[in-house]
Amino acid sequence: MKFSENWLRELVEIKADRAALAHALTMAGLEVEELTVLGDGLAGVVVAEIVAAEKHPEADRLQVCTVNAGQAGLLQIVCGAPNARVGIKVPLAMVGASLPGGLSIKAAKLRGVESFGMLCSAKELDIDADTSGLLELPLDAPVGKPLADYMGLPDASIELKLTPNRPDCLGLVGLAHDVAALFGSAVNVPAQAAAAVTAKACRGIRLEAGKDAPRYLGRVVEGIDPAARTPLWLAERLRRSGLRPISAMVDIANYVMLELGQPLHAFDNDTLQGDIVVRHARAGETLKLLDGSTAKLDEGFVLIADEHKPLAVAGVMGGFDSRVTDTTRNIFLESAHFAPAAIMGRARKLGLHTDASHRFERGVDPELPRRALERATELVLAIAGGNAGPVLVAEHVADLPKPAAVTLRRARLKRVLGVDVADVEVARIFTALGMRVETHAEGWRITAPSSRFDIEREEDLIEEVARIFGYDNIPTHSPAGALALAIEPEARINELALREQLAARGYYEAVNLSFLSAELLARWGFTERLVPLANPLSADLAIMRPSLLPGLIEALRHNRARQQERVRMFELARVFAAGDPPVETPSVAIVASGNAHAEQWGEPSRQLDFHDLKGDLDALIAWGGEPQRWSVHADGLPAWLHPGRGARVARDGETVGYLGALHPQLARTLDLGADVHVLELTLEPLLARRLPLARPVPRFPAVRRDIAMDLPEEISWSQIEQTVRGSLGLRLQELRLFDRYSGKGVEAGRKSLAMGLILQDASRTLTDDDADRCVREAVAALEQTCKAKLRG
Amino acid sequence: MDDLDSRAAQALTDIDKADTLEALDALRVGLLGKSGIVTAALKALGTLAPDERKARGAEVNRVKDRLADALAARKQILEQAEMDRRLASERLDISLPGRDGERGGIHPITRALERISAIFARLGYQRADGPEIEDDWHNFEALNFPPHHPARAMHDTFYFGDGRLLRTHTSPVQIRAMKGRQPPIRIIAPGKVYRSDSDQTHSPMFHQIEGLLVDETSSMADLKGTLAEFIRAFFERDFEMRFRPSYFPFTEPSAEVDIRWDAEDGSTRWLEVLGCGMVHPNVLENCGIDPERYSGFAFGLGVERFAMLRYGVSDLRAFFENDLRFLKQFA
Repeated sequence: MKFSENWLRELVEIKADRAALAHALTMAGLEVEELTVLGDGLAGVVVAEIVAAEKHPEADRLQVCTVNAGQAGLLQIVCGAPNARVGIKVPLAMVGASLPGGLSIKAAKLRGVESFGMLCSAKELDIDADTSGLLELPLDAPVGKPLADYMGLPDASIELKLTPNRPDCLGLVGLAHDVAALFGSAVNVPAQAAAAVTAKACRGIRLEAGKDAPRYLGRVVEGIDPAARTPLWLAERLRRSGLRPISAMVDIANYVMLELGQPLHAFDNDTLQGDIVVRHARAGETLKLLDGSTAKLDEGFVLIADEHKPLAVAGVMGGFDSRVTDTTRNIFLESAHFAPAAIMGRARKLGLHTDASHRFERGVDPELPRRALERATELVLAIAGGNAGPVLVAEHVADLPKPAAVTLRRARLKRVLGVDVADVEVARIFTALGMRVETHAEGWRITAPSSRFDIEREEDLIEEVARIFGYDNIPTHSPAGALALAIEPEARINELALREQLAARGYYEAVNLSFLSAELLARWGFTERLVPLANPLSADLAIMRPSLLPGLIEALRHNRARQQERVRMFELARVFAAGDPPVETPSVAIVASGNAHAEQWGEPSRQLDFHDLKGDLDALIAWGGEPQRWSVHADGLPAWLHPGRGARVARDGETVGYLGALHPQLARTLDLGADVHVLELTLEPLLARRLPLARPVPRFPAVRRDIAMDLPEEISWSQIEQTVRGSLGLRLQELRLFDRYSGKGVEAGRKSLAMGLILQDASRTLTDDDADRCVREAVAALEQTCKAKLRG
Repeated sequence: MDDLDSRAAQALTDIDKADTLEALDALRVGLLGKSGIVTAALKALGTLAPDERKARGAEVNRVKDRLADALAARKQILEQAEMDRRLASERLDISLPGRDGERGGIHPITRALERISAIFARLGYQRADGPEIEDDWHNFEALNFPPHHPARAMHDTFYFGDGRLLRTHTSPVQIRAMKGRQPPIRIIAPGKVYRSDSDQTHSPMFHQIEGLLVDETSSMADLKGTLAEFIRAFFERDFEMRFRPSYFPFTEPSAEVDIRWDAEDGSTRWLEVLGCGMVHPNVLENCGIDPERYSGFAFGLGVERFAMLRYGVSDLRAFFENDLRFLKQFA
C-alpha cells in the first residue's frame, strides 16, 4: 500500500513530523517499507507559460523561448526540451533557485544567447522519474504561482508493507483511523452526501452467487464528457500512490479505491444487455479481460454478466468488451461486496494479481459499497459531468458478515501481555479505533466497526491494545514457569560430536541442496522409489535426494575444478525414499580424493585407498563401543561402487550403508579418477553407543607370539580372524595383523601374512609351554580351514 | 711403596688426559681391575708382616680411593661432553610443519545453528524434530492458515503430487511437539525448510530454528525477555532492539524483532532478525491444549541470517556452493 503523505494528513490530524509518523506507523505494525520525499526544495520554481519560441541561431536542438512568469514578467530562456512549444504551461526555475538535485540556477549565456532561468522536467524537480521532456502542467495552471503550492508539494510517497490481517488499511480512510488512535487525534472524513438523481436510467441486478456475492450496487451515469481529463490534484495523488493515471473514469475508480479501500468498476453502459447477473462461471466459460488476456473460467469463479454474456471476473478484473473507452458517454458504475473465500486464489489461478483481488481476498468492509458509489458519482459528475441515475441495490443481508461483540477480560489481558494497562487507556484505545466499548464484569465488551472483521476473538483485542499501547512499553523479564530438565541419553552420540569427530579426521562439512536432477541420479543408477517435486524450480532441482553422495561428488568436482586436488568432505542430512508417508532417513556421507595425507616433507605421499576410508569407518564404529556388532561384506553392492573395491556395511547383520571406490565407469562419466572414495551410512546406528559397564582389569600379564602364514589370496582376513578366534577362544585377547606381503618368495596367487597373537588367561600367568601350545593350535586350524602353511 | 705412589701419580695424570670413555675405562681396568696395580698391591699385603700390613693397607686404600674418585670425576666430565655432542648433533628444525596436523571443519550454518541451540538448551529448551516432507495440516491448517489464505501466498511452497509439501517453516514441529504431550513445554526445533524462490537473497533450501514455550504463566513480557537474552548471548554484546507488531496466523499478538546493526560504512540500520508472538489459542486447541489454562510463545529465526551477521558472510549463496576456500575459513 503506497500513498501520499499529504493526502493522509488531509484525512487525519498528525501531530508529528514525517520521520515520527513513519516510526509510529512501523511500530504500530504498519511497517514503512519505503519513503520517498517528493518535490522538496522547490523555492523559486513557478508556473510559467511559453508565449514564444524560436530556433536558436547557433544550435539546432535548442530553442529560445519567451516565457511569462507572472509577477516576474517576460523572461528569455534557452531550452532544449523536445516538447517545448508555445502555449504550454511548465515549471520554471528562476534565477536564484536551487533545485533538488543541487543545481543552482544563474543567468547564463547558452551558445551566445542569454537565458534567465530553466524550464524543468519532472525528474529535475524530483517529483517523478519522467525525463522525456518538460513537465506539462494543465492549461488552467495559474501563471506565476509557486509550483510547490500549485502541486501540493513537498510531499512524500510512503509505501507500507501491510500484513494480510489489516485490509482495512488498504484505504487511506482506514489508515487514518489507525493513525488517529496512535496520535490521539481525530479523523477529518466528512460524511458522504448522496448525489442528486437527475436521470431515470435503471438496470436490474440479480444475485445468483449466494454468499459469495451478497451485495451489489450499481448506477448509471448518462451523458458524461468522453474527453474529460483527470485533474492534476487527482492524477498527482494517484501517481504518489504508485498508480499511473490512465483516463478519467479509470482514475476516479482507482482514486476511490485508494481513498476508501473499496474496489469499483465502470462499464460502458451501452455495451450491457438487460439485467446484471452476478453468478458463478460455468465450466469452460471464457472472458477477454481488460489486459487483453483471455481468462478460462470454472465454477469456482464469480462472474459479473449481463443476460447474454460475461462482463467481468468478480473481484479480479473487468472485461475488455465492456470497458469504458474514449467515446463512452454512458457508464454503469459497480460497487459490490464479495466474500474473501470467493476471491482467494482466483486471481493467482489466472496468473493475475490486481489491486481489486488484493483487497477482496483479504476482505473489504461490507458497508462500503454505497459510500464508495456515491463518492465515485460525486467525482464523475464534477470531472466529466453527466446525470446520475438512482442507486440500484441487490443484497442478501443475511449473508453479510456482522460485527459481533467480543469480550476482553482484564485478567487475560494482563496474563498475555505481562503488564497492567490502565482501564482508561484500554477504553481510549478501542474508542479511538472506532470500536464500541461497553464495560463488563470482568473487563469490556467490544464491538468492532464493519471494517475490522479481523476482530473475532479475545486475542484479537489483546493485540490491538498491545499495538497501540506500544510493544516497547511492555516490560521484559525471564519466564518463571515450571522447567522440566531435558534429558540427553548417554547411549546416543550427539550429531555435533560426530561432526566434530569427522572434522578432526580432516573432513570439511558441506551443505548441499536436498534436490537433484533425474539425469544425475540416473547416471548413478538411482531410479527407484524416487520422490519428485510436482513444481520444481528447475529440472536440476527436481527430485529429493535418495543419497547424499551425488551432491557431495558434485561439490568435490566443483573444488577439483578450482585447483583443490585433495578434497575431503562430509555431510549430515536426510535422504528420501517414496512411501506413505515418504521415508526420510538421516544419513552421513563422506567423499575423499587425492593423497591419503596432506602433502608432507617427512613422508612419501601416497594416494588415498579403500583402507584409508575403512579406517575412518573403524574409528566411527569404535566410538560406539561395540565393534563386534558391525561387519563389512563384499556382496550386495550398489551399481555405483567398484565391485572389487567396495563394501556393504552391516550392523547386527542389517545393511546400513556402503563404502569404497566409485565404479570406474561412473567415475569416467563424472570425469573423475580412480582415487575418489566414498562412504555413506544411515546415521542412527552410528550414533548408538554402549553404556560402559566396568570389569576388573586382568591381573596376569599377556604373552605375545608372532607367526607368519602363507595363504591363498582369496582367503580374507575376516576368515583368518574367525579361524584363529575359533581355535583359541577366550585365551586370544587380540589378533594383530602387522605385515602383508606377496611377490618374490611367495608363490603366485598366495600371500604372506604376519600376525601377532596376544594371549592371556584370566586365572593365571601363561607359561611358555601354554603359549607354544596356543600357537600350534592356531596354525593347525589355519592349515586345516584356510589352506595355510606356516612360513619358516 | 714408592713405586705405587709414583705409578698412582702417573695414573692421575693419565686419567685427566683420557678423552674418551673407552680410554678411561681401560685406565680403570689397569688400575682397579683384577690385574690392576692397586689390586696387585692389595694382594701383596698378605706377604707382609701383620704389623706392617695394617699401615700399608691403609696406604693402598687411600691410593685406591683417590684413583676411584679421579676416575669418577673424569667419567662425569666425559659423559657430559658426550651428551653435549649428541644433543648438538640431534638438533631439529622445529619450525618444519608437524605431521598429519591437518583437520577439517564444520559448516558455518551448523556452527551458528548449534550455537543458537546450545543457548536455548541452557534455558531448558529440548530439541525436537519433524519431517521435512510435511502434510498441509501440519504446515498450514493446524497453524491457523485457512486454505487459500493470502498468508499462504507469502510461503512459496514446493508440492508433491499427493498433496504433501516440503515444509516452508519449522513451525509444524510445534504442532508435533504439542500433540503428544501437555505443558510445560520448552522446545527448540532446528532444521531445513524450503521455499520455491531462488535469487541472490533467497535459497530454495535454508535453515530455521523454531522455539516454543507453553506453560501456565508465560506472557509477552517473558517472550521479550527471552529473546533479548538470546540476542545478547549469541552476539556477545548488547543491541538496541525493537519489537514491532506483525502478523503470523499462528501467533497473536505477533511481532518482528529488529536489532540496531552497525554497517561497515559506519551507518546503522534496523535489521529484522526474528519473528515471534504469543501462540494463537486456535493452535493450542488444534493440539489439544486448553488455551484458558495455558499460554505460550513461539519464535522463529533464519539460521543463515545469523551466520551471515556473526561471521560477516555477505552472499547467501556461498553457504551452498561448498567451496573449500570458503569452508576453510570456518575451521
